[in-house]
Amino acid sequence: MIEVKNLVKSYGDKLAVAGISFKANDGEILGFLGPNGAGKSTTMNILTGYLSSTSGEAFINGHDILEDPIAAKREIGYLPEFPPLYLDMTVKEYLYFVYELRGCKLPRNTHLKEICELVKIDNVFNRRINNLSKGYKQRVGLAQALVGNPNVLILDEPTVGLDPKQIIEIRTLIKKLGKNHTVILSSHILSEVQAVCDRIVVINQGKIVADDTADNLSRELTADHKLIARIDGPKDEVIKLVQTIPGVVSVVADLQREKGVWEYNIEAVEGTDIRRELNRRLMSRNWYILGLRSSELSLEDIFLKLTMGESVTEFLADKADDLEEHYNSEEAEK
Amino acid sequence: MTAVLKREVRAYFDSLIGYIFLTAFFAASGVLFSISSLSFGSTDMSAMYSTLFFVLLVLIPILTMRTLSEDKRQKTDQLLLTAPISLSALVVGKFLAAMLIYAIGVGMTLVYAVVISFFGTVSWLTVLGNVVGLLLLGAAYISVGILISSLTENQVIAAIGGFGCMLALYLIGSIATIIPIGWISKIFAEISFSERYNPFTFGIFDFSNVLFFISATVIFLFLTIRVLERRRWS
Repeated sequence: MIEVKNLVKSYGDKLAVAGISFKANDGEILGFLGPNGAGKSTTMNILTGYLSSTSGEAFINGHDILEDPIAAKREIGYLPEFPPLYLDMTVKEYLYFVYELRGCKLPRNTHLKEICELVKIDNVFNRRINNLSKGYKQRVGLAQALVGNPNVLILDEPTVGLDPKQIIEIRTLIKKLGKNHTVILSSHILSEVQAVCDRIVVINQGKIVADDTADNLSRELTADHKLIARIDGPKDEVIKLVQTIPGVVSVVADLQREKGVWEYNIEAVEGTDIRRELNRRLMSRNWYILGLRSSELSLEDIFLKLTMGESVTEFLADKADDLEEHYNSEEAEK
Repeated sequence: MTAVLKREVRAYFDSLIGYIFLTAFFAASGVLFSISSLSFGSTDMSAMYSTLFFVLLVLIPILTMRTLSEDKRQKTDQLLLTAPISLSALVVGKFLAAMLIYAIGVGMTLVYAVVISFFGTVSWLTVLGNVVGLLLLGAAYISVGILISSLTENQVIAAIGGFGCMLALYLIGSIATIIPIGWISKIFAEISFSERYNPFTFGIFDFSNVLFFISATVIFLFLTIRVLERRRWS
């Protein structure tokens, strides 16, 4: 279990971590989501005892990382942002070294063999780390974190630099490990944390802006009101028509996908579903929808949403009211 | 600590630095031995031991330059500093590894004494005193070098910085003689590495000098630990 209370880290004047608190329970995979420079790595470095916090406390399975660092560190396997590899060693020598460094008591050869099979590096066991590809280096880094079977795994962007197949493998592996470890992993990719984590903590500029289960958060963050529609019809007139649908905030023609078929980004007021109305109106003019999907919120949208919160909603509501009035007056004119 | 020690010793021979250091040390001590003892047909090796001081000024920085700087550059310090070992175990492990390589070099001078003992009488106690003195001097210098390498992530800066500090600790005795203020001059003379080392080469085994080098080693290693500690807080 990991417990963090009001953690602050400042580098001179700059506040890298500005008072964050959270808790990760046993057998839970906690995702740290945030853009680069949000304070994810700094927080992880504090949790693992590499850096000291300016103020606040961090407990790893009840051991204070500042008061009782060796007991706390014994509980942690850490994969930093850059895997800490000795490039002049072979994988075997390196893992033997980590095994000794951590004072591991498990039977060495079988334990390391298990880890290598788990992260699929048994085929490069005798090769020099320097000669391995980025993906293999990353996996050796992960193997290193697993030595000694620590209760807590802290993984800083574990899938960076891997190809899609490897990413899926590592995600599956992390999910598997999450069953009997406490895992904290960081990422700046929303879909990644959604795929792997039970709970997501969103960090921006050193502060927690959201802390919720992955399901709740993604429900909150899905964007039914933002549509990407492929419509067969004359561009300018389609835009005009769609704009008259109540609740639509903006319509932008994006690209011509096929001859006479354009892709439009349609944004409506949050909570309104304009899909039926869109269909009805286009049908009445004999224009066809060839594709319709809701656009996923990008990370930028999420931060905007989470950090600006109220103000965005208000802004959109105002805009909707304006449109409603405009629409009503048009109706009245007719 | 043993894990760090073993890895460091291995790294010395994987990265060639160990070979370079030992080759240079053997070559320098061999040449000095030939000039000062063999060519005069003398069994007195003191001249070689006292001149080895200058060899150390150049060679010890090479031995210690990558000790902590390389870890910082390659980010492997994240592995070491998040492992369940204390900072002192880490620093002492690194120190002992350098010390081991150095001791292999110093041990070679004993071989010269053995060789020469077939042709004349060797004053074994003097040789032993010299070896102990050289080991102590080396220990203090290695700890200086490690301290400097903890301050940078550039090996070249670590080597040059280490050389500069060691040179200063050597020259401080000569500087002492030209300082007119009595008490400053006295302090400088007391902490001069050369003033402390030379008695060993004369065959004088003074415990205060032994203690001096041991204290210096401990102080510089302690400062290294503080540097690593401070980095966490910065």
